[in-house]
Amino acid sequence: MEYFIQQLINGLTLGSIYGLIAIGYTMVYGIIGMINFAHGDIFMIGAFISLAVFLILTSVLGFAFLPVVLLIVIIVAMLFTSAWGWTVERVAYRPLRGSFRLAPLITAIGMSIVLQNFVQVTQGARVKPLPPQIRGGVTLIEGSTEAGTIVVQLSYMQIIIIVTTVVLMAAFTLLISRTSLGRAQRACEQDRKMAALLGVDVDRTISLTFVMGAALAAVAGFMFLLLYGVIDFYIGFVAGVKAFTAAVLGGIGSLPGAMLGGLLIGLIEVFWSGYFSVEYKDVAAFSILAIVLIFLPSGLLGRPEVEKV
Amino acid sequence: MAASETQVPTSTQKPVGAQAQSEARRAAPHTTEAASKNRLAASLRDAALAAFLAGVLGFFFIGLRTDLAPGGLDIRARWGAWLTSIAIVFIGRLALNVFVFKAAHPVGEGVGAKIAGVGKAAPKLGKWLTRALFIFALALPFFFTTFFPGRDRQFIDLAILIMTYIMLGWGLNIVVGLAGLLDLGYVAFYAVGAYSFALLAQHFEIGFWAALPLAGLLAAFWGIILGFPVLRLRGDYLAIVTLAFGEIIRIVLLNWYSFTGGPNGISGIPKPTFFGLELGRGDDGFAAFFGIEYDPIQRFIYLYYIIFALALLTNLVTLRLRKLPIGRAWEALREDEIACRSLGINTRNTKLTAFAIGAMFGGFAGSFFATRQGFISPESFTFIESAMILAIVVLGGLGSQLGIVIASIVMIGGIEMLRNLGFLTQIFGPGFDPVQYRMLIFGLAMVLIMVWKPRGLVTTREPTAALREKKRIGADMVAQGEGH
Amino acid sequence: MSTIAEIDASAGAATRRWEHDPILSVEHLTMRFGGLVAINDLSFNVGRGDITALIGPNGAGKTTVFNCVTGFYKPTEGRIVMRHGLGRQDELVRQVTDSGLRWKKEGGQGIFLLERMPDHEISAKAGVARTFQNIRLFGGMTVLENLLVAQHNRLVVASGYSFGGILGLPSYRRAERTAIDRAVYWLEHTNLIDRADDPAADLPYGAQRRLEIARAMCTEPELLCLDEPAAGLNPRESAELNELLKFIRDNGTSVLLIEHDMGVVMEISDHIVVLDYGVKIADGDPTAVRTDPKVIAAYLGVEEEKEIDVPEVLEDVVEQVGELPSSLAPQPQAAPEKPADKRQRSGATKGGKS
Repeated sequence: MEYFIQQLINGLTLGSIYGLIAIGYTMVYGIIGMINFAHGDIFMIGAFISLAVFLILTSVLGFAFLPVVLLIVIIVAMLFTSAWGWTVERVAYRPLRGSFRLAPLITAIGMSIVLQNFVQVTQGARVKPLPPQIRGGVTLIEGSTEAGTIVVQLSYMQIIIIVTTVVLMAAFTLLISRTSLGRAQRACEQDRKMAALLGVDVDRTISLTFVMGAALAAVAGFMFLLLYGVIDFYIGFVAGVKAFTAAVLGGIGSLPGAMLGGLLIGLIEVFWSGYFSVEYKDVAAFSILAIVLIFLPSGLLGRPEVEKV
Repeated sequence: MAASETQVPTSTQKPVGAQAQSEARRAAPHTTEAASKNRLAASLRDAALAAFLAGVLGFFFIGLRTDLAPGGLDIRARWGAWLTSIAIVFIGRLALNVFVFKAAHPVGEGVGAKIAGVGKAAPKLGKWLTRALFIFALALPFFFTTFFPGRDRQFIDLAILIMTYIMLGWGLNIVVGLAGLLDLGYVAFYAVGAYSFALLAQHFEIGFWAALPLAGLLAAFWGIILGFPVLRLRGDYLAIVTLAFGEIIRIVLLNWYSFTGGPNGISGIPKPTFFGLELGRGDDGFAAFFGIEYDPIQRFIYLYYIIFALALLTNLVTLRLRKLPIGRAWEALREDEIACRSLGINTRNTKLTAFAIGAMFGGFAGSFFATRQGFISPESFTFIESAMILAIVVLGGLGSQLGIVIASIVMIGGIEMLRNLGFLTQIFGPGFDPVQYRMLIFGLAMVLIMVWKPRGLVTTREPTAALREKKRIGADMVAQGEGH
Repeated sequence: MSTIAEIDASAGAATRRWEHDPILSVEHLTMRFGGLVAINDLSFNVGRGDITALIGPNGAGKTTVFNCVTGFYKPTEGRIVMRHGLGRQDELVRQVTDSGLRWKKEGGQGIFLLERMPDHEISAKAGVARTFQNIRLFGGMTVLENLLVAQHNRLVVASGYSFGGILGLPSYRRAERTAIDRAVYWLEHTNLIDRADDPAADLPYGAQRRLEIARAMCTEPELLCLDEPAAGLNPRESAELNELLKFIRDNGTSVLLIEHDMGVVMEISDHIVVLDYGVKIADGDPTAVRTDPKVIAAYLGVEEEKEIDVPEVLEDVVEQVGELPSSLAPQPQAAPEKPADKRQRSGATKGGKS
């Protein structure tokens, strides 16, 4: 039981990260109907920028007060990663808007290759370890069995990750539902041509969608860095596929769905690793992707698609 | 949905040349001095913006570098490299602006017109190019042994590699180009073929030629198994599920130690024999039997002809199938699945045949890969391979056999050429290794070629039947599948 | 049912082939999309060798009926019986229904329960071909190729399931020549023979409509279902279409069509079924339907008017007047089934219809 609760907490933490990445997929799919293959690598870019900013603040400038450091890292990483998101859209997707469907998918894969290899070339192929920065936590349950003492712990890091995610999600939901930008975005999702006729700047709206997705991915990248303490140029691919699975599971195009899907994927992965096998944890995630798409193509919270004859 | 999505491209897509010309025409009346000054100012502004963006993007990657150091990570600055990259972007963008984007007479103008002219002459040109390429491919090993005796091995090896990708491209073309099913996990069948042969050879001592059909059948079988549940998915969803299947197979190969050897892979895979003759130095070898002098190059030449024959087989079968009802049904499926169903075509079976046949050729190529390398491990079958094969198919022009050849030569050959750029170390210093930029350049090329020609290099479709004359069909009319 | 009785009484002794020799019977068909009832307990027959028109105001559920008949939608309730061979074959129908089979062929007769069959079997086995309201051609393939794809099933067998074809056996070449001959036959009858080698997407609109009919006919159907074949045609093309449909009927294929153009409907139909809000409001020969007060009410919206569709009212008026003033000529293309679509979609959104 204690083990179960501990895994639950770990799963929710990991799921928060996937959820934040998944929002980027779901928004882009919602608005221009393409899988932004490079989004996982934007997440990776975010993680690298976070690492650099963190190192500058702590080892070069010598800041020691962690909360301020974390806040600065998040803000700077969001800003710079957004620039990457914007550029990817501008260079690889906008020229192909309205072209046939395969072209942007190929440029997206191309962009993903470019980002991975750019980081590999400029930062090296070896992993970058970062020792745990936030130690300690709250002990929830402490019990002893014949096997020894069992402790269920909610670490401060997990608290930070979950709270950050909740805050960002809330802010983001408000942004989409209350502001004119959110309205423009929803209008473009429904009918891009009509939105343009009604005076919505479609290009700008789509760009901002990429920027927002990238900003959230940057936060996810930073949290990934804190949680695992190791990043390399390749983390974006697997995390990206899992986050996409989360978006599909929740119902692509739905923001709460992306978050829910992320949490579920995180839980599944953690429980699978905990109870079955660590080696096949990615197989679990990929199988769920296939199963969901086959049996529940509209996801948990998505709108079903009707075949028009 | 269908109508709006499929018709948009025809209206918005203009050939680059024409677009450039129309822009030039718009600019033409203002070719006064003031206008050109304005243009220059705009170009400068634009280039400055691009440089600024490059600075922002590059700051944490080019400007700074984190490295492992004793006692944790160390971060150091590389301002020189950073400033150089900004300057390169500024100058490059400015040059592009001045000479192409904002110029009164863009440099690309003439090129665009020439390309349009080539397009018109395409059927004839295509036919001659095909013949020339075929003859060259046929004589290729002797061409290299005669003219490049010192480096023939390297060149023939490269030709084998390119030919393997051509075959894989042709195999995937059945699935993506003809049937319009987006498959991002094609490498799975390549892996199935390779592992089938390796395991058959390891456990039952079956030779290459006996294992080849078995490997193809096994791959086709896996194509059906994987295809069956997913083929009702459309477009991007199908792509992502096939990607997931490809990864699942790779992870299983990686972790099933007792069967596949895990990350260590399988080594000692036998080389193909020539009607029972080994291509080795021994007394019962090929050279001894025919009474010629042994030369290690013979094995390379033999391997080249094997993959050449396999690729040719793929091509011939595909061309035949296109003219058969099944091939027409594939193309019809790509055009409009609902209409297919209304005509009594069992779309599921039709898709499965495409998947299975494509997988079979992937399996053949996989067997060849195993026998060529003599060693396989899951590392050779990552997603990037699938992406490269798909890129070759799409860049070549969906459905075009010739386009795939050109794309393979350009993309694979081009990248391998980077290995020969050793002289660059004299410019950039000894630490410079062009090979490490291969995938970066590959990715950039993918993006640039797609943006330049979204429908690929060869874009016309040849009808499979004609009453009076065969007229080639322009790409703007041909659907790309799953567009509804 | 009372409606039929009324019409029967008023129409007197018409031929009524659809009563004693129906090729298709739609029985108690109900189609719900989530909470929305698109078709409610609809029953009608299509007579063998007739041209039957399914008409009704926009949103009446006509295309939904088509989609149920051709298998693109699975009806919520009801039975759809397709018959090969003469007569009602009530005994065989009962047998097949009880047996749980999808279809059964006996000698020259055959019973096909379409609600049980997948869409491609409905075309391949039951011999029901269809066209689409928004034309669905294989745009990147030539006109001839479009017609060859339509003969897929026959050609696949002839090609030895591709194995013989790959080896280049002569039997396949013969079969392909026959298929091309059949395509040429229909190209000649649809006046498209000069465009045989052009891509289908290159044809003008009217020719595309004709090509879609030719393609459907190349499957050699027993029943041809046409979804607004005259939409967007000019008067001359429309007249040619009438001749084509009569030719098809006289050559032994029954026709079921949805049409807004009353000129077409009244001139060529042997039998008209009128739908409104998913319910049948009239059923009979053209004269009977034309004078039916319920039909007039539905089209003109005399009482509680919910949807007045101007083009259709116009058509009706034009029909009564008997000629088409060019300035008022209706443009059916502009008003194809929009409310129906909306209703279907919103219904489906609420529910869970794939």
